Amino acid sequence: MSLSQFAQEHGLPRVGARPPFLSYMAEVWRRREFVITMARYRLRSGFEANRLGIGWVVLRPLLNALIYGTIFGLLQGSSRPPDFAAYVVVGIFLFEFFQGCFNDGSKAIVQNRSLVQSLAFPRITLPLSSIVERLISLGVMLVVLVPILAFFGHYPRWEWLMVVPMLMAFILFSAGIAFITARLTVYVSDLSQLLPFISRILFYSSGVLFDVGRILGDYPWVLKVYDFNPLYQALTMARHYLIDAPAFPLHYWITLPVISVVLFVAGALFFWSAEERYGRD
Amino acid sequence: MAETDPERVPVVVVDDLHVTYRVFASGKAARSAKSGILRMTRGIRKVHALKGISFVAYENESIGVIGSNGSGKSTLMRALTGLTPPEAGAVYARSRPNLLGVGAALLPALSGDRNIVLGSLALGYSRYELKGMRQEIGDYAELGDSLDLPMRTYSSGMQARLKFAIAASRAHDILIVDEALAVGDKGFRKKSEARIREIAQDAGTIFLVSHSMQSIRDTCKRTLWINQGVLEMDGPTDDVVSAYEKSKK
Repeated sequence: MSLSQFAQEHGLPRVGARPPFLSYMAEVWRRREFVITMARYRLRSGFEANRLGIGWVVLRPLLNALIYGTIFGLLQGSSRPPDFAAYVVVGIFLFEFFQGCFNDGSKAIVQNRSLVQSLAFPRITLPLSSIVERLISLGVMLVVLVPILAFFGHYPRWEWLMVVPMLMAFILFSAGIAFITARLTVYVSDLSQLLPFISRILFYSSGVLFDVGRILGDYPWVLKVYDFNPLYQALTMARHYLIDAPAFPLHYWITLPVISVVLFVAGALFFWSAEERYGRD
Repeated sequence: MAETDPERVPVVVVDDLHVTYRVFASGKAARSAKSGILRMTRGIRKVHALKGISFVAYENESIGVIGSNGSGKSTLMRALTGLTPPEAGAVYARSRPNLLGVGAALLPALSGDRNIVLGSLALGYSRYELKGMRQEIGDYAELGDSLDLPMRTYSSGMQARLKFAIAASRAHDILIVDEALAVGDKGFRKKSEARIREIAQDAGTIFLVSHSMQSIRDTCKRTLWINQGVLEMDGPTDDVVSAYEKSKK
């Protein structure tokens, strides 16, 4: 009789075996306090290091909007979209959330190595807490967005509520991406070098700073591709409801949520399937 | 394969366990890597830390683990907890073994108090259970006001105390103590030794990794001697320790 049969006979399970996906997720749900507390502590310790504290959550994207808005506003001249300031602020604020998930997700396991190596818990809670951290920041940014938009002449209307279901899809999408980058950077450390470039490419190509229809109008097939870029879809929808930007194809309301849910589930599965190996040096 | 005793209840079964690390080597170590493709790219070297270890631990056993530095003791213990994944073979256990060890701070940027909270929540305690424990762990670690300082500012002894306090705060079915005793000052060492004995009485099975033959003799009936990733000897503490000490002379 081999030892593994002997263990089986006495009903001893294998240590560190990856649980089935659903019980894994149930385990994650049981650790929700951990996820939230970790996000809160990390946010707070970030604030405590700076004099302006929580102000940076808003100041950083605002400064970004100011700099990029000025440069791209001048460069684009008359092909600038109307109401350019509000256009850029909405774009940058939303993209800031996605970029945060993308970057923090890629660091979630790598930077918490000693925690992963000393305690046993479902690892996906680490990228999850990065996402929650970014969600809190997003909440603050959205609150500040109201007076900013009012300053540019867009006062709150009932239509603004249409942004809420869109945001939910956008959050799922960003979370799915965070799960994927979290796993990839653990084994291919070269990717941590490459990721900033990818996030910059996404930033410049997703219409954060310019109106895709005006700039790329001569290439209709490019526009067709853009119609299925979830980042572009999210920005376009938010601008339509918040600042009266032109209408968008109605299929966005189906394609964005579908892509987001699929990516979220696929990202979670992708992360979970390597669960046993995250502790390895 | 290791012998099995049908009379007693097995708690941990280790079946032909292999662990390898892939590391980037430099200098001589890198050039000695034989594989052509790997040498072409970078100095990746495989370190075979455990080479096929098998044994069975039974209920209410306290087992000492000895061996020289770098022999694979700590790797074996980490593999027992499932924190280091095996290359081949497997560890089976009645419940997940808990490791009481010395190592890096959990989250160096956060204060000791916040580390207590996060560590306990990660282990699956509820917020309700945490309320009482937080105070208890803080008092036990005797860190005073330092509890509110970031953990990266702690000395290694202070870090070890805090981690010990977190891990020792609950009853364990299978407990691994990895040289935790060696780090604290005299007062804390006494306190932690007493606590370990207490835990050992409640715990089903305890593993003690130490370089102090005295504490191995005091606490353990059976001892494993690990030498260069191989289980050199497994038997009653007195026999194994004297064989080990003989080999060192």
